[in-house]
Amino acid sequence: MVTVAHYLVLAAILFSLSVAGIFINRKNLILLLMCIELMLLAVNFNFIAFSRMLGDTLGQVFVFFILTVAAAEAAIGLAILVVLFRNTQSINVDELDSLKG
Amino acid sequence: MIPTILFYAFAAVLLVAAIGVITSRNPVYSALYLVFAFVQSAVLWLLIEAEFLAITLVLVYVGAVMVLFLFVVMMLDINVEQLRQGFTKYLPLGVVVALVVVIEIANVVWFRSEGRAFVTPDPYPAGYSNTKELGSVLYTDHVYAFEIAAVLLLLAIVAAITLTMRRRPGLKQQDIAKQVAVSAKDRVRIVKVESAKE
Repeated sequence: MVTVAHYLVLAAILFSLSVAGIFINRKNLILLLMCIELMLLAVNFNFIAFSRMLGDTLGQVFVFFILTVAAAEAAIGLAILVVLFRNTQSINVDELDSLKG
Repeated sequence: MIPTILFYAFAAVLLVAAIGVITSRNPVYSALYLVFAFVQSAVLWLLIEAEFLAITLVLVYVGAVMVLFLFVVMMLDINVEQLRQGFTKYLPLGVVVALVVVIEIANVVWFRSEGRAFVTPDPYPAGYSNTKELGSVLYTDHVYAFEIAAVLLLLAIVAAITLTMRRRPGLKQQDIAKQVAVSAKDRVRIVKVESAKE
């Protein structure tokens, strides 16, 4: 019998895999964006599991909006990435220090 | 029984795909693994009776967002080897953080739930439509949020296009307005040429 707890633990593992991905791929900007997408997917898993458990559609509505915002975020993020690569010929996070921050 | 087997099978493949995303040598493989992970998630969402969102995930993510990712990855000429420096250096830290997060959440879900069982209710009856249910909430209670989301997508389109558009110098192109506005007087000039004198 698959319970909501199975989905929660699966989402936790998925989330922590993407956190680990952010740690180990910290130089590659494209992979960082992909890990963020994976994180959002894990969050959506939680929303859907709880929505099913409580019998409330609101969680699924929220997932719908998360998908929308994530699509917009990916589009703008990749556009910024392309402009960045055109200007600096690199997407290495370590080299993005022109602001000396 | 069969749903349980399906859940474990698809969950295992999902996790393998996620590991593939974060450890692949080539960003193109990462993007393809991410596509794979999204498809597996869609199946898992179908198993928990969120059919509309499962289809949306495949259509929006696999169909649009990941194609965008693949397009960008293939368009940029990236030095992968340079980007992978420090991969093994940060691997232990990443593994430790991941383990801590998993243990914390599993602890809460399995042991600290204090008798509140996270059980799934019985499946919906045969005529139940997830899409209808979602639509009836989305277009009534959350219609303003829905419209804001639509405006947000429009904003993303405009922002992405204005960010990446560039005018190349020396590009030859037509200016339609100038072409239409031209008159014969500007084009033809009648010159009186004096005949050559001996």
